[in-house]
Amino acid sequence: MAVSHEPRIVGFLCNWCSYAGADLAGTSRITYPANIRIIRVPCSGRVDPLFVVKSFQLGADGVLIAGCHPGDCHYTEGNYHTRRRFALLRPFLDYLGIDQERFRLEWVSASEGKKFSEVVADFTETLKRIGPREI
Amino acid sequence: MKQSAYPYYPGCTLKASAKEYDISARLVCAQMGIKLEELDDWVCCGAASAHGIDRLLSIALPARELVTAQKFKAPLVTACALCFSRFKFAAYELRNEAMRNLIKYIIGEGEIQQNSDGVIHLIQLLDNNKDDIRVKKLLNGLRVACYYGCLLVRPKEVTNFDDEEEPQIMDKLIKLVEAETVDWKFKTECCGGSHMLTRPDIVIKLSHRLLYQAKQAGADCLAVACPVCHYNLDSNQKKIEANYKDNIGLPVFYFTQLVGLAMELSPKQLLLNKHFVNPMPLLQRKGLI
Amino acid sequence: MARVGVFVCHCGTNIAGVVNIPEVLEAAEKMPMVVSATDNKYSCSEPGQASIREAIIENNLNRVIVAACSPRMHEITFRRALASAGLNPYLLEMANIREQCSWVHSDNKEIATNKAIEIIKMAVAKVIRHEPLYPRQVGITKRALVIGGGITGIQTALDIANAGYGVVLVEREPSIGGRMAQLDKTFPTLDCSACILTPKMVDLSQHPKIKLMTYAEVKKVTGFIGNFEVEILHKAKKVDHLKCIGCGICWQKCPEKVPSEFDLGLGKRTAIYIPFAQAVPPKPVIDLSHCRYTKYLTWVATGQEGKKPPECRICEKLCPTAAIAWDQEEQLFTEKFGTIVVATGYQTYDYSHYKEYGSRDFADVITGLQLERLMSASGPTGGEVTRLSDGSHPKTVAFVCCVGSRDQQRGRPYCSKVCCMYTAKQAIMLKEHDPEVQCYIFYIDVRAGGKDFEEFYLRAIDEAGVIYIKGRPSKIYQDGKKLIVLGEDTLMGRPVEIPVDLVVLATGMEPSAGADELARNLNISYDTYNFMVEAHPKLRPVETHTDGIFVAGACVGPRDIPECVAQGSAAAAKVAALFSQDTLTTEPLIAVVNQARCIGCLLCVTICPFKAVDYQTTQDGRLIAATNESLCKGCGLCIAACRPKAIDLRGFTNQQILDEVAGLWL
Repeated sequence: MAVSHEPRIVGFLCNWCSYAGADLAGTSRITYPANIRIIRVPCSGRVDPLFVVKSFQLGADGVLIAGCHPGDCHYTEGNYHTRRRFALLRPFLDYLGIDQERFRLEWVSASEGKKFSEVVADFTETLKRIGPREI
Repeated sequence: MKQSAYPYYPGCTLKASAKEYDISARLVCAQMGIKLEELDDWVCCGAASAHGIDRLLSIALPARELVTAQKFKAPLVTACALCFSRFKFAAYELRNEAMRNLIKYIIGEGEIQQNSDGVIHLIQLLDNNKDDIRVKKLLNGLRVACYYGCLLVRPKEVTNFDDEEEPQIMDKLIKLVEAETVDWKFKTECCGGSHMLTRPDIVIKLSHRLLYQAKQAGADCLAVACPVCHYNLDSNQKKIEANYKDNIGLPVFYFTQLVGLAMELSPKQLLLNKHFVNPMPLLQRKGLI
Repeated sequence: MARVGVFVCHCGTNIAGVVNIPEVLEAAEKMPMVVSATDNKYSCSEPGQASIREAIIENNLNRVIVAACSPRMHEITFRRALASAGLNPYLLEMANIREQCSWVHSDNKEIATNKAIEIIKMAVAKVIRHEPLYPRQVGITKRALVIGGGITGIQTALDIANAGYGVVLVEREPSIGGRMAQLDKTFPTLDCSACILTPKMVDLSQHPKIKLMTYAEVKKVTGFIGNFEVEILHKAKKVDHLKCIGCGICWQKCPEKVPSEFDLGLGKRTAIYIPFAQAVPPKPVIDLSHCRYTKYLTWVATGQEGKKPPECRICEKLCPTAAIAWDQEEQLFTEKFGTIVVATGYQTYDYSHYKEYGSRDFADVITGLQLERLMSASGPTGGEVTRLSDGSHPKTVAFVCCVGSRDQQRGRPYCSKVCCMYTAKQAIMLKEHDPEVQCYIFYIDVRAGGKDFEEFYLRAIDEAGVIYIKGRPSKIYQDGKKLIVLGEDTLMGRPVEIPVDLVVLATGMEPSAGADELARNLNISYDTYNFMVEAHPKLRPVETHTDGIFVAGACVGPRDIPECVAQGSAAAAKVAALFSQDTLTTEPLIAVVNQARCIGCLLCVTICPFKAVDYQTTQDGRLIAATNESLCKGCGLCIAACRPKAIDLRGFTNQQILDEVAGLWL
């Protein structure tokens, strides 16, 4: 019997926009797949590429980084650094044998609870399609 | 002398009422070592009416000629400001891929390349090659009001020609032949255009203002780059004078005719005798012929 | 050894209705270092907090997990609970099993329960690494700097000083007063602008708590809230203001006449001058670029070429108190301040880009601010509105609104807010000056949003007989003595052509020149037009993202006088609230440098948006980074950038986040 694969997503969410957006999804009672585990960070710019690589090493099927929309960073420019940093990390994932689709960077504001749920649902769907990681 | 060839779209007026523009343009370009190669089997660009009736038609007509001109390595040269405007608009619209596919289906021939710089106006051609203009006779003492009209400069994002309010490109050419250009504020105001057929009252009013202001600014004559402007300012001048009981008497030249005079082409070659306001007395007075 | 207590909250049925609490408790008990796992109906309630308090004491807990709602909701509440049990409040971690679990996974209780257990597991992994943290206290210099001496700066300085704190007001012009001093009347009350402004200017100059520095500029700002160090450049006035009594003989007798900036070129001033009669301080400065003696000195210094300029020095000869000080040079002073308020205001848009309006070629096309000077009784014409070309009184006047406002093509899409009302005011005033005047106002929309504004606009139509024409004119040109305004009456769909004697362009507002440079100096943001950016447009309108630096008035965006005054007072209230404390508490969740690991690459210094990382040299001569606890906001940008992992963020350390991830797979 084929068991459907339940991927695990590690999500690094910035405290000011995306974590608040995820909270808003809750207060609005929008359901989404339970595949994500959220780690709160002060700013998406706090996320060290090592965190992403380490998550994959430990067995994560997908890693999401979500921050404020460009221009809206609580710390004025943190998310610009995030954007550049992970543009560089992405091709490196190929080198590690990790499908680039398993890594996502999204902008979710504190008022985008709906968007957050859609991001999680869509990412979960993608990861199910790709299937379990071959380690 | 270097030789270069440009595809050339004269347009309908240059074959009829503005014949002198076409002929003087060819003569001047020949003197500069530029060959204007008239497109084979060209059709109307749709000016004046097509864009008011059918948007697709107004793009398809110039697009057909753009495709024909593609086989040349040089941009398509237009002399008429209306044609220039329509070609520029078409090139602008054809930046959109869906529009390109649709127009390709309509005209049914050739690939359409995406190149909005593929069209230039005759003034731009002369300006780009101004080092080849051999001035033999300086037009000293002639005070010229350069009149660009509205279609060359507007809308800026489409025609990308020169400043919309204070263009200089024609002034630079006229200064090159040592004629004086007057500073006036009506370089790009409307002359009334093709409304002459339907609302002559508008055209007479607008054209009168242009002639009056040019005269106020101290001009002896006007230089134009558009057959419709020329028609309104030259052949209508008597009517305007009668209407406003005003004595204007300003000859209206095509800029190519002035450049031609400086190349020592004869007034007859340049068809100066075709104008309604006779320019000969002015030229004689200034000792230019 | 960490002793972790896990407290699972039911939140009524919000959590318990979805998540199987007993199962969670059972799992939690088995997690590493967990010594107790208990549940509560409502953890945040007083009995709930009390039970946490008791459990901490009873089980000798030194780390606490509250598995409940979002930390954004109740982290502070539970930190207090820890503190009341004698535990350092930063030893708490919240597991968000409500907003991010029970509320979003109510469709599957089993999955929700499993997820809740995993969330707690991650929190346990993180909490073990928590260290006790202590907020720090820093002192405050109770003295404020106000930059800009317009109505906003004046109001701010007066309010702060009246609250009992010292203020230094820096103004780069020779007098305070700003734009408001140039106005004749104010809308919609038609109060005389000078009559309501000058008493405030005098109050300010005489206030014992206020130190006024005119003809001075802020050059450099360092430090942080409570402790700024500011370099202020005092330009050379060449007049000793301590000796000067402001008698005025020097500027009455100075032979060199130059166009007056204050009168926008419509009148003349002398080389030694006060900008206007009611200037504060009422003492002159010498404009060296026009002074004859200075020209003479330059001529001597450059080898005496050309014609010898007159030596002049008339002011010096006539001054009764020998106040002319040729040896005075510009000086740089450093002063300490606790807060800074920026009130640098606006200037009017330069309409030379509008070639269709003549680009300054026509003498009788003037700006709204120039008309103010013409209408002012203390202006260059003594209040007579006359044409600059021939001195005649204009009988027909056209106003053009939105010049340099609401114009995408000119890169000025914003509304300047005050022009609709000031054109209405000027039209009413012109009618009062001369009942034969007919005014036309070309507008796009009349924006009369403000107290009594709409009524005022209607008064312009009803009483002053102003004709409003909806449409932006396409051209203005000279025809004989008249100016012809071409346009379209868009409501009638008809072209209009109006010959008038005078055209007034209602030029819009833009930030004062140099606003961008100042903003960079202060580390505050500014937009594409160089308007300063407030911390929040609705809720924090006078604060900036840099603590202790406030913005007020038209440097933030187009404002009218009442708004500027309100903002000035608001900024002053913020300053006073800050100064009412003796020390500031700083958040301990900030970046710290491990000196032993730092290699001195100083990438962190360049990356920090708050200039909170600086460098220092160790005793053994190594260059290393050092964070400023008062400036650091704890964003963690530097930490992700640090290559040797020498810098870390308290409360969110690299190890904690990695452990949190690893906790998932425990």
